[in-house]
Amino acid sequence: MERETENNKMAGRPEIRTEHLTFSYDGGKEVLSDLSFSVFRGECVGLIGENGAGKSTLLKILVGLLPGYQGRAEVGGLQVEKKYLRQIRTKAGYVFQDSESQLFLSTVYEDVAFGPRNYGLDEKEVDRRVMEALEQVHIEALKDRQIYRMSGGQKKLAAIATVLSMRPEAILLDEPSGALDPGNRRNLIRVIRELPGTKIVASHDLDLILDTCERTLLLGEGRLIKDGPTEEILTDEKLLSAHGLELPLSLIHRSR
Amino acid sequence: MDRLQTAIAALHEVDRESSTYGVGSRVHPLARLIVCMGFLLTTVSFAPYDLAGLLSMSIYLFITGIWEEIPIRKSLSGLRYLFVPVCFLGLANLIYDKDVIYYLGSVPITGGMLSAFTLFGKGVFSIMAAFFLLRLIGMQGLCRALLRLGIPGGTVTVLLLTWRYLIVLLKEIRRMWQAYTLRAPGHRGIHTGAWGSFAGLLLLRSMDRAADVYHSMLLRGYDGTSIREGTESRAGTGISILYTIIWLGVFLLLRSIPLFHLVGSWLGGFM
Ligand SMILES: Nc1ncnc2c1ncn2[C@@H]1O[C@H](COP(=O)(O)OP(=O)(O)O)[C@@H](O)[C@H]1O
Ligand SMILES: [Mg+2]
Repeated sequence: MERETENNKMAGRPEIRTEHLTFSYDGGKEVLSDLSFSVFRGECVGLIGENGAGKSTLLKILVGLLPGYQGRAEVGGLQVEKKYLRQIRTKAGYVFQDSESQLFLSTVYEDVAFGPRNYGLDEKEVDRRVMEALEQVHIEALKDRQIYRMSGGQKKLAAIATVLSMRPEAILLDEPSGALDPGNRRNLIRVIRELPGTKIVASHDLDLILDTCERTLLLGEGRLIKDGPTEEILTDEKLLSAHGLELPLSLIHRSR
Repeated sequence: MDRLQTAIAALHEVDRESSTYGVGSRVHPLARLIVCMGFLLTTVSFAPYDLAGLLSMSIYLFITGIWEEIPIRKSLSGLRYLFVPVCFLGLANLIYDKDVIYYLGSVPITGGMLSAFTLFGKGVFSIMAAFFLLRLIGMQGLCRALLRLGIPGGTVTVLLLTWRYLIVLLKEIRRMWQAYTLRAPGHRGIHTGAWGSFAGLLLLRSMDRAADVYHSMLLRGYDGTSIREGTESRAGTGISILYTIIWLGVFLLLRSIPLFHLVGSWLGGFM
């Protein structure tokens, strides 16, 4: 009964929602100011802004790593606060900018299994989840590889898999294409497009956003400057340069 | 810097679920922890001159090494840097205790030599045993076993994080070292004037990274207090209890009867 009403409520609700979200680190200056937006189930939303705009901070707040914000932040209909953290962390997964921080065990399999094991699943189910996650990022073949021997691109995919094995409804990627060569970057774009569920991709790699997200949020100094269709925002040269960003390369080529 | 890479690899090697697959994997990590603690206690408790008694304890290391297919010689050479400080432990004895106990051929063996060797042996055996334990049950298995023994979750988490921090720190040193030497070609190592800022930056960066690692653990459901099953699900109760009792019994026996002396005099009887 209760679950029924919960589901009904959720169907009409956005997957991720903030309202007047304001945050500062240790009482310093505001890093996020009065941020309000919603992301609906199944959307892929780009989060752009120059370095220090607050992209990472926003994503970390959403997965409950930075308590002490003002305003509202909701994931899957639950307010991000201590008593819901365990649930929220199965609903939304965060892929760190630096894969090395995300991967701390020796082999790909061990690391991808870490989450499911923590949730007390039996080894058979853990195995199923690990294999499913590896398939989603096409690295089944790397299952038993030692992580410290893998390339940056492979580590990134493994890092994504560690989040996928938790079967989150939403996945938040922080600068996923940073430090990747063109080949790995193309592969990553394909993987991101194929990922199920709701996605937020934070990046200043605007070509990546153009290739993966229909909608984009532009952050500038912690404020939401613009929220609209990706094509519209990423072609607005004046708007972008006012916030320290440049037209995506592929658009420059197109217009000349 | 390749040596750093090797060290990082070795640490990673241990930070995994149990690496045994044979009969050994049916032994519960808790049983292994208890036996290892029994080994350490017994080893440390030998009298300073009882080198022969101490050496008999190596039976455990050999049997475990062979049974679990741990390359003993490779482990010894990998751990050799840890043995260096252990060498210094016995040095004082060598100097102060010069009473000759017996002659080996015409070479006088002093009490100092004997006790220095014994101390060194204790150190090496303990390090080996701890290393074997880690290899067999992994850092995570060790943490779970400690939780079962009633060690508080906070303490165990600190242990786990210290371990992970060590890995992060080594990686960061490696990264910064490379960045530095690329920009200061021709220098061997780091210019003395740059040490201060290098160390400061290293601390800040590795702490940031360590926080990320911890956050990544939290995000994936780690709470540091609950006991989750890893490879323990494969463990058998009977075999684990048997394993514990047999080894503890062997230790007790080796501690109470001078096995090597007996064997020696028995062999001597024939000669
Ligand atoms: N741990 C922290 N402590 C204090 N200030 C921080 C911390 N992390 C980030 N900041 C500051 O918050 C602002 C936003 O940073 P961040 O969210 O990382 O931006 P982005 O990801 O868009 O580059 C920056 O001014 C940065 O200096
Ligand atoms: Mg960032």
